[in-house]
Amino acid sequence: MGEFKVHRVRFFDYMPTAIRAMAFNAHTERLALARMDGSVEIFNFTDHYFQEKVIPGKDSRSIESLCWVGGRLFSAGLNGEIAEYDLENLRPKYSLEAYGGPIWTIISNTQGTQLAIGCEDGTVKLFEVLEEHIQFERNLDRQKGRIISLSWHPSGTHIAAGMMDMIRVFDVPTGHAVQRLLVDRGFGGSKSRETVVWSVAFLSDHTVVSGDSAGKVQVWDGHTGTLVKTHLVTKWDVLALSVSKDESSVVAGTSEGTVIQFQFIAPTLHQQQGKEWVRTRTFKNHTHDVRALAEIETAIVSGGMDTHLVVRPLLEKFDEKSHASGLRKIHFPHRNLVSCAKKVGLLLFQFPGQLELWRLGDSDGHGKPGDRLPLERMPEKLLLLKRKGEDHICCSALSSCGGWLAYSTVSCVRIYRLQTDNNNISITKVSKLPKALHSAHQLCFSSDSSKMFAASSQSSVLVIALTQSECKYVHTLKPKSGSRQPIHLMTTSVDGKWLAAANSDCEIHVYNLQKLKLHCIVPVYGSCPSAMGIHPTTNNLTVVHADQQVNTIISQLYLLQDWSRKLQKQGLHNVWLDRDTPVTHVTFNSKNPNQVVLHDMHMFCIIDQSLPLPDQKTQFYNQMTLRSLSEQERPSHLHAFKICKTFQDLLCVSLLDDQSLVVVERPLLAITSQLPAPVRQKKFAT
Amino acid sequence: MVEHAEIRMVHRGGSKINFREPVITNDSRFLLCAAGESVNVYSTSTEEYVHDLQGHTDLVTGVVLNPSNHLQVYSCSADGTVRLWDFTDAILIKTFIIGYPIYSIYVSEKHGGVVFLVVPMADYKSSELFQLVAVHLPHSGDQEVEARELSAVLCDVSPHAGAASFGREGEYIASVKGLQLEVFFFKKQKSYRFSLKSGMKKGAKNAFTCVSCHPKEDCIATGHEDGKIRMWRNFNQKKEYTYSTLHWHHGAVNTLCFTPEGTNLLSGGIESVLVHWHYTQENQKDFLPRLGAAITHIAVSPDGSLFSTSHSDNKITIIQSCVKVSAVIQGLVKGDGVWTNLIIDPRSKALVLNGKPGHLQFYSLHRDKQLYNLEIVQQEYIHEEGLDQFEVVNAAFDARGNWLATVEERRKKGAELEITLKLWAYDELTQSFVLNTTVTAPHEDQITAMFFSPSPETTMLVTTSLDGHFKAWLLADHSDANEGFWACDFVGGYHLLKPGCCSFSADGSLLSVGFQEVVTVWSPASWELLTTLSQPPGAIRDLCFGRLSCSKYLLGASTKNQLCCWNLLTCSLEWSTPMDVSLLQADPLSENMAAFCSQSGSSDLFVFKPSEPRPLYSQKALCTGKVQHAVFAPRDQMLESCEERTQWLNRSQLYFFTQHMDLLTFSTKTEEDRLLASSKQLMVDDSVAVTPFYLLLGKHRGQQLEKQEALTNPMAERTQLPQGSIAIKELLHTPAHVLPSASFLCAMFVRSLLISSSSARASLGCILCQRSSHWMEMEALVVHTTKKQVSLPVMWS
Repeated sequence: MGEFKVHRVRFFDYMPTAIRAMAFNAHTERLALARMDGSVEIFNFTDHYFQEKVIPGKDSRSIESLCWVGGRLFSAGLNGEIAEYDLENLRPKYSLEAYGGPIWTIISNTQGTQLAIGCEDGTVKLFEVLEEHIQFERNLDRQKGRIISLSWHPSGTHIAAGMMDMIRVFDVPTGHAVQRLLVDRGFGGSKSRETVVWSVAFLSDHTVVSGDSAGKVQVWDGHTGTLVKTHLVTKWDVLALSVSKDESSVVAGTSEGTVIQFQFIAPTLHQQQGKEWVRTRTFKNHTHDVRALAEIETAIVSGGMDTHLVVRPLLEKFDEKSHASGLRKIHFPHRNLVSCAKKVGLLLFQFPGQLELWRLGDSDGHGKPGDRLPLERMPEKLLLLKRKGEDHICCSALSSCGGWLAYSTVSCVRIYRLQTDNNNISITKVSKLPKALHSAHQLCFSSDSSKMFAASSQSSVLVIALTQSECKYVHTLKPKSGSRQPIHLMTTSVDGKWLAAANSDCEIHVYNLQKLKLHCIVPVYGSCPSAMGIHPTTNNLTVVHADQQVNTIISQLYLLQDWSRKLQKQGLHNVWLDRDTPVTHVTFNSKNPNQVVLHDMHMFCIIDQSLPLPDQKTQFYNQMTLRSLSEQERPSHLHAFKICKTFQDLLCVSLLDDQSLVVVERPLLAITSQLPAPVRQKKFAT
Repeated sequence: MVEHAEIRMVHRGGSKINFREPVITNDSRFLLCAAGESVNVYSTSTEEYVHDLQGHTDLVTGVVLNPSNHLQVYSCSADGTVRLWDFTDAILIKTFIIGYPIYSIYVSEKHGGVVFLVVPMADYKSSELFQLVAVHLPHSGDQEVEARELSAVLCDVSPHAGAASFGREGEYIASVKGLQLEVFFFKKQKSYRFSLKSGMKKGAKNAFTCVSCHPKEDCIATGHEDGKIRMWRNFNQKKEYTYSTLHWHHGAVNTLCFTPEGTNLLSGGIESVLVHWHYTQENQKDFLPRLGAAITHIAVSPDGSLFSTSHSDNKITIIQSCVKVSAVIQGLVKGDGVWTNLIIDPRSKALVLNGKPGHLQFYSLHRDKQLYNLEIVQQEYIHEEGLDQFEVVNAAFDARGNWLATVEERRKKGAELEITLKLWAYDELTQSFVLNTTVTAPHEDQITAMFFSPSPETTMLVTTSLDGHFKAWLLADHSDANEGFWACDFVGGYHLLKPGCCSFSADGSLLSVGFQEVVTVWSPASWELLTTLSQPPGAIRDLCFGRLSCSKYLLGASTKNQLCCWNLLTCSLEWSTPMDVSLLQADPLSENMAAFCSQSGSSDLFVFKPSEPRPLYSQKALCTGKVQHAVFAPRDQMLESCEERTQWLNRSQLYFFTQHMDLLTFSTKTEEDRLLASSKQLMVDDSVAVTPFYLLLGKHRGQQLEKQEALTNPMAERTQLPQGSIAIKELLHTPAHVLPSASFLCAMFVRSLLISSSSARASLGCILCQRSSHWMEMEALVVHTTKKQVSLPVMWS
């Protein structure tokens, strides 16, 4: 595997924000997820839960609820606005004031023709969904008290609305409230507090299921307005409900971090009548409030205050154990937040609100593998750069010489010139930017820092020439395919000849930078690329996909490399395929051209292309075994994948030019310790 | 065994009544439970032992009501038979010979004439595997029927009771073992298996412990080792099955039971709390706490009005309407082990040993009943496994029963031993023992033996301990009051050797203490070391002085297979014999001594007089394992047996505990005959819940009441008349098919209601004597007859 000096970086205080809302689009199998900071993430559930798109947040935006209408995504929040998102340019398309005070919830009917929102002032407002816009239609009868939750009956004729202490059922054509279901308050001291109906679900048999702040999940008959059954689930709040597609199961998320499943079961076997809602399983994968829930065909997806997304597969829906039937927790974004200046040992950390520039520590000590070397120079924070404006940073880049720094929000791009001499650092903003450069999905510098590439709309790439005094627009590289999807990955070759850009349509375009034209389109593979890199000497392009496939393409010929062909033929080891986090970074060892360094959240791996590939029978994680073997026996046990799990919760692994490895860790424990205290729970024997 | 026919080893009381789930009869009047080799019938209202069903020749392993006749029960036993009983009259109706040892029995109403038994798999001697088989019970007039047609239902089941349960209307049977639940559907002849992960990583112990099926709905409740209860539904699907989890217990769930209507689920475990879950409203639960000991079984009466819980301290509690403990049937508490010696309380003649944790129990051997518990430790017992808690390890009575000495200790791993010596005085007023003196840390190490001096002049207690000393304790007399307290009088030792045992001579003038290989003899009056006796190597295990005419002899048993007898007059070894004596016990009422020897895995008994070299009685292979505890209990009535072999049983009876904690005793033929006769006397035919108490007082009271009523209300006597009349008795008691026609009966019946004028006059005389006119008499008669007619429908109903 080789020996490296490792910079173990733990000073990146990355802190994800809590998950607030979730909406699953069963048609496209995309999950939209809204966080507290107003950002929206799109996960592709057909492609290994890959985080396909991220729409950066904005200070003034808060999202309370998300809703899909066909392929269009709407959100509503406490700022009183409804927004529709442009999923191709990763920005809000427009937003509309609803004039009803803060909006708690937004839903659409099954036909996708109408939207309904629940407002603080007690109105349910209906909006008509038009081709490019939405338009206010009318109000339903105004109620006293806020509308917290809404659910549309599948036929579209009725809406159930959860309010304070009650649930109203509205007749949509007339707009009148037809039922008033009173919800009990909690016991004891909470008797004086109003019960908030956090969530309602209207089933096709006119059953209304509600979850409230008294910890109850209640089943009501929507025709008669009578209470059928009460399940007291928790001492705290039931925050979210989700119904499965066939309406045989309801899941409820609570403040205790549990997700409780209810199933519609007949009391006796072989009978269909007299079915009841019975509490069955309890899943506990969260420590804090479960604010958002979605029950999809094969899994329960949940998220909440503890910031991670959990996909809990329902094992009965799987025939055999596979990578799809394993529990998945998504903690970190599937993209890079760290840029590394390889030549000078600088690190740039990207936060939504700021950028941090650090210089790595230095040590000239020597030691055995596994030793801690004494630091001669402590790592140092050189720069804290706060963004301007309300929009959050969506991408950033640091040139490899450390002389240039750039970031982009949805509204502007900023480029800075950095000068470090000894201990002084000076930063100057490049004032005049070309007009074409108004926002970017990805930023990237060429290795000699003479050019900057910005991914723009419709998969195009702007080429900007950088000189000491100014920066100048050079060219726009356009793909031939006419894809409108945003580019999420970009990489350049060391010799400055090639640029590869991957977009959400799984296309990878390779551009010749000398000729400034498209060189080739890499054959489209079914899974989205999650990381890629161009080899410094051979200029081969290595692509790792969300489904963990590794392909290496010879750029000049746009053919699969021999090694890669062999790999395809033989197939990857199951242990490799079963890993649950995508590879987010690819680098190469300039000293040993056969070595490719990859990492995901739980491990980093050096692929040595000169060694034989492992077949299914070989032990995959063989580092411990190898250590116990003698020198003579070792070569026979070697295989191409060398995996190191010493470092956990990785955000970035990169190889500097001086052959030292930078490992950026963000321990999950550090994240949890920064979360607010969870609700108090009685623990046995305490 | 033929020549020993006159002396028999019998189970006399103290058998385990918590071994299997008890059965409450349909009318909730009786509770039946397996107790050793018989089935005991108790009254649920008076907690009194009514009678037992005897006939099995090995451990009874299950009792169930016959689903087709609620006045009969099936019982199964390890002797390979299933027996059908009429429990009201204790009559054995039928015996079905299965031929394999049976571990559990299950029946269902839907499967008439079939019992489901848990028997070992084919090669039953070696294998630990069990199977559930269905046995069709053949219809035949014979008393003993062979039923050898077994059809296997489930393989690899758990032999424990409660590990299988019939589902709704007997459509399926659910069985649990290890980490697997198996449900077998009879109609489809198909079984479904559901496995749980061992879950050791997360600290969950998922193994199943018990199962119970809902009687009306398809829901199976299973209990688990980590205290969880899972409710399984949709279990006729391989993948789409589902379960919910209830968790209250912190220890394993020992038992689960649904009430007959399925509205409640009862569960119990080591917490000794009966938990009452409301079905479908699982977060609402009621508790019945402080039941005394871990719950091992729960049974519910068929009408759901009575629950019974069996406890690990050999107790059955009967609970009325979910909340009230109405009766406690207490057997001999054996707990985790017997730490104290077996002692006979000189006052009550009760057997005394440690019972409930921290208690001494007084158990009447003659009545097979626990008299009372004396709390010794006086600390709260925590119901949790793996805790070191105080245990009573030693107890002794003085000769007259005025003083009781107890030792309690707590062993802590790695920590110091805590010992407390307590002395209790008998209080005549309250008829119980009152704490007089507490000595904390009387010795620095475990106390090995403790005896009161039998001499009537002084009250002295001697304790020997592993710390190398023996101590004598005396009651320090205070002149002003009788409130004396105990204090240490003498500390003795011998060459820093550890004393293991001690014994007082019969008159209390000599004390012998065994210091490993050396026996020392002391004079308690002056604390002078009189002599030392040593013997061929081997530490002394037991020392015992002879009694009465043999009091000059001292017997010692050593670890190196030697039994020695010294003559203390000559201070020389009288005789010795190579025997591995594990226990030496002297009869206080005769010269006899009993020695239990362990030999090749079983125990032998020798009864002998120290003066004679020949044993009076010997019994080889008494039981398997070592006998650790035995005692001579004096009889309340002497036997008049002249036969040499049985003479030693005349004055007292020898009781002993086997390794499996069965209390056994020896009984003679004559004794059994006498017992049989007395039990026949006691037999009552009219009402069953009659107790000896009622026999004494009830009948008497009844008669008194009758008399009183007759005095206060002369009419009352009259109204009782028709029930007693012969005509009505005939009418009601003659079988229907031999009754004559209704018209004939009617005339007879009406005639019986009429009272002959003479008797009427006699009884009404006192009222009517003042006016002796004829018409008045007639009027009275008419009134009377109308009264009878009014009461007619009552009699017919």
